[in-house]
Amino acid sequence: MNANEQIVMKEPASRSWSRWIKFDARAYTMIGALLSIWVLFTLLNDRFLSATNLSNLFLQMSVTSILAIGMVLVIVAGHIDLSVGAVVGFTGGVAAILNIWYDWPTIPVIVATIALGVAIGFVQGWIVAYGAVPAFIVTLGGMLVYRGLLLGTTGSVTISPFSPAMRTLGASYVADMIGWVLGGIALACTAIYYWRKRGARRKYGFPVEPAPLSLMRVVLVGIFVLGFVFVMNSYKGIPVPFVMVIVLALIFTFISKNTTFGRQIYAIGGNAEAARLSGINIRRKTMYVFVLCSALAAIAGLVLAARLNAATMNAGNMYELDAIAACVIGGTSLMGGAGTIVGAIIGSLVMASLDNGMSLMGIPTWWQYIVKGVILVLAVYLDINIRNRKKVI
Amino acid sequence: MTVALEMSGITKRFPGVVALNDVNFTAHAGEVHALCGENGAGKSTLMKVLSGLYPSGTFEGTIRIFGEEKHFHGIKDAEKAGIAIIYQELALVKGLTIGENLFLGQEPARYGVIDWERVYHESSRWLADVGLSDVSPEQIVGNLGIGKQQLVEIAKALSKNAKILILDEPTAALTEQEVEILLGFLREFKKRGVACIYISHKLNEVFEIADKVTVLRDGRTIGTYPISEVTEDQVISLMVGRELKERYPRKEATPGDVVLRVRDYSVMNPEIPGKKVIDNVSFEVRKGEILGIAGLMGAGRTELAMSLFGAYAGASQGTVEVEGVPVQIRRPEDAIKLGIAYVSEDRKKYGLVLGMDVKSNVTLASLRSLFSLGLLEQNKEIASGEHYIRSLRIKANSVETVVGTLSGGNQQKVVLGKWLLTKPKLLILDEPTRGIDVGAKFEIYNIMNELVREGVAVVMISSELPELLGMSHRVMVISEGRLTGVFDAKQATQETIMRAATGGNANERE
Repeated sequence: MNANEQIVMKEPASRSWSRWIKFDARAYTMIGALLSIWVLFTLLNDRFLSATNLSNLFLQMSVTSILAIGMVLVIVAGHIDLSVGAVVGFTGGVAAILNIWYDWPTIPVIVATIALGVAIGFVQGWIVAYGAVPAFIVTLGGMLVYRGLLLGTTGSVTISPFSPAMRTLGASYVADMIGWVLGGIALACTAIYYWRKRGARRKYGFPVEPAPLSLMRVVLVGIFVLGFVFVMNSYKGIPVPFVMVIVLALIFTFISKNTTFGRQIYAIGGNAEAARLSGINIRRKTMYVFVLCSALAAIAGLVLAARLNAATMNAGNMYELDAIAACVIGGTSLMGGAGTIVGAIIGSLVMASLDNGMSLMGIPTWWQYIVKGVILVLAVYLDINIRNRKKVI
Repeated sequence: MTVALEMSGITKRFPGVVALNDVNFTAHAGEVHALCGENGAGKSTLMKVLSGLYPSGTFEGTIRIFGEEKHFHGIKDAEKAGIAIIYQELALVKGLTIGENLFLGQEPARYGVIDWERVYHESSRWLADVGLSDVSPEQIVGNLGIGKQQLVEIAKALSKNAKILILDEPTAALTEQEVEILLGFLREFKKRGVACIYISHKLNEVFEIADKVTVLRDGRTIGTYPISEVTEDQVISLMVGRELKERYPRKEATPGDVVLRVRDYSVMNPEIPGKKVIDNVSFEVRKGEILGIAGLMGAGRTELAMSLFGAYAGASQGTVEVEGVPVQIRRPEDAIKLGIAYVSEDRKKYGLVLGMDVKSNVTLASLRSLFSLGLLEQNKEIASGEHYIRSLRIKANSVETVVGTLSGGNQQKVVLGKWLLTKPKLLILDEPTRGIDVGAKFEIYNIMNELVREGVAVVMISSELPELLGMSHRVMVISEGRLTGVFDAKQATQETIMRAATGGNANERE
C-alpha cells in the first residue's frame, strides 16, 4: 500500500523497477495458455513450429482476427453481433460480382465493398440503438438476410477467379526486403513512442520510469518483431492479410484506448445509466460501434474471398462464433465494459492454433469441434473463477 | 383483545451500525397499529426481522406470535405463521395473470400438473373479498392500475390466511380515491380480527386509520401511544426529537444573481398516466447559496432534480430559466452544456462506472470539453484525476485505482470530482452524504462551502433534517409533489419542516 501511495506524490525518476512492471494476471495467463498449446503441438508434431506452418497459421487466423477486432467493440458496448459471418459471405460475393462479372478494378471494388459493410452497420446499429430491439435479434435476423442476399445475388454459384491484383489482398506475401523495412519501422515507432511518453510525463511532473527499463522494453519488442520477420522471411515472407491484421489492431487499439469515443464505449458497457447521466450520447455511439464492426466484416470478406480466389455460398459460415469465442478467450466480458483488442487477437491465435495443430496431426473434424468447444468453456470458467476469487479478497 | 404479535428486545447489527437497539413492539388482533419514524429510523429493518428476511439468529430478541415463540428461518416460515407483508414496491410478477400471482409458489397441483380451474375459481373469490369482483383473475397484472395491483397484493395476503398484515408505505403510489378504498378495507380487516401494521410517512392517514402508534427513532422504540392521546405535532417531535449532535460548518450566504428559476413546473409519472410526481412547483436558486430540499421518501424530490437535469423519463411542463435565459433541457448533454451538474442519490447505479479507474470516472462527463479533438491525452487525464484526489482528499492508491474498490465516502468524492470538473454553475446534490461516515460527511460539507464561496449555486436534497437545517440557507419542502413551504434555515425547526413534509398544516383538514 505504502509503495503505491507514493505514486501519487511527485518525485524524480525512481530506482525501483518493480513498481513500473504491472502484473496483469489475465494477460499472462492468456499468453501462457497459448505457449503451452504451442509446446504441446510441437511435442506431438515437430512440423508445427516450422516456418511454413507458422506462416500458414498466421494466414489462417487473419479473417477471424479482423472479425474479432470489431466484435470486441460490440461486446464491450454490451451487445453482440451474430451477423458478421453472413456479412463476410455477402460482401465477398458482392466483391466477386463487381470484380469478375463487371470487371471493376481493385480499388473501386475495395471501396464499394467496405461501403456496403458500413451501410449494413448503419441499418443494424440504428435498429439496435434507436429502435431498442436487442442486438441478438437484430443481428440474428441480419445473418439470415445477408446469407439469403448472397444466394440471391450470386444465383447460388461459386464465382471465380479474381483478378490478380485482387488476389494479393488475401494470398500474397510481403517481399523479404519490405518485411525487414516494416519490422524496422515498427521498432523505430516503438522507440519513439517510449521516448515521447517519457518527455510528456516529465512535462506534467509525473515520475518517469528508469531509462534502462524503457530501453529493455524496446529491446524486447525488437527481438520479438525482428524474430517474427526472420521466421516469416525464411518461408515466403509475411502474409499480407496478417500485415492488415496488425495495422487494424494498432488502429483499433488506439481508438479504444486513446480516443474519447473508445472511452465512451467502455463507459456505456460498464454502466449505461451513469454514461447517459454523464452526457454521453449512448444511442449514437452504439450505432457507430455496429458500423465499425460491419465495416471490418466487409474487410474480412474481401480477404477471405481473395484468399480462396472465389466467392462461395458458405463463405464465412459460423465465423461469428469463432470471432465471439476469440474475444471471450481473450478476456472480453460478455457483460460489457471490459475487453481488449490484443486479447481478442491472442484469442483468435489460440483458436487458429488449435485448428491448425489438430489438422496437422490428422485428428478427425468431429474431435476438433469437441476440443474447441471444451477449450472455450474452460477458458471462461477459469477466467470467471479467478476474477471471483479476487473479489472475495 | 388478544396479543397477536410481541417483539421484544430486538437488536440488529450491521457492520459498523446498530440498526435496531432493544426494540419492543406489540400489536393486538383487530387493531391498526401505525409504525412511525424518520427515514432510516429502523422501521423497514424491524419488518424485515419480522418477515423472516433476516433469519433467526442474525438478530437478538424474541418474536412471539399469539403467545408462541417463533424462530423464522426464511420468508416461508413467517408466511406459515400468518404474517404477510405488502411492500412499497409491489412484489407481483407483472407479466403473469392475477390467479398465477395469487398462487405463485403454491399452485394446487396433482403430479405436478396445475389445476387451473381451482386456481381461477379460488382467485375470483379472493378478488371479490377485496372489492374486485368485476376483475377477471385471468387478467395480466401489469395491465391493472397501481391501485388495483395493491388490492391484488392484499388479496394475496388474504389468500395466505394472514393474521398479521404489514403494509409498508402502501399509499405512496395511490391516488386519493384509491387511498380511501384501501383504508376502507383496512377497517374491514380490523373487524375480522386481523392485526394490521401500518407504516407510513403520511401522518394524516395514520391519524385517520390507526388505533395506536409506535414511534421509532435511531433504531430505538420511543414509545407506543393510543392515537386518541397524542397529536400530530407530538408524534412529529417524537420522531425527530434528537439533539443536533453533529456540527455543520455553514458559512453565511452572499446570494448573488439568480442562476436557476423554475416556474409552474410539473413532471408526469412515466408509468401512471395522469399522475403527476411534481405538481406546479416554482422556485429559484441564487449564486452563492445552498438551497435545501426537504421531503419524505417518494415526495418527488429526486424526480424534480432528474427532470431538471434532462434525465427523467416522465414529461415535464413549465418554464426553466438559467441565468435569465429560458432553456429547454431534453438530455443530460444539454444540462451539462448549461453548467448544471447532478450528483445522483444512487452513486453505484447512476454515478460511477465501477469497473473503471478514478481518472476515467472523473473525466467521464467532461470528455468533450477536455479533449476537443476526440483524442485522450493520458497525461492531462492523470493530472485531472490527481487534482481531485488531492483537493477532495480521495483516499485512493493512485488515479488508476478501480473505483469499485473504494469506500462509499471516497466513491462519493469521485462522483463529486466528476461533476466539479464540468465547472458547474449549479450543482444539484441528491442525498450527498447517504451511507458515508461522519468524517467524510464533514469533508463534503466543507467542499460545498468552498463551492458556494466560489459562486456556485448549490441545491441539496437530503432526508436528514439536521443536515438540511445545518447546511442550507433556505429550505424548500416538497410533499407529494407539491411545494408546501420555503423556510429560512435559521428560523425553521425540524418540527416545522416535518409538518410541511407530512402534508401541510392541520388547519387545512377539517
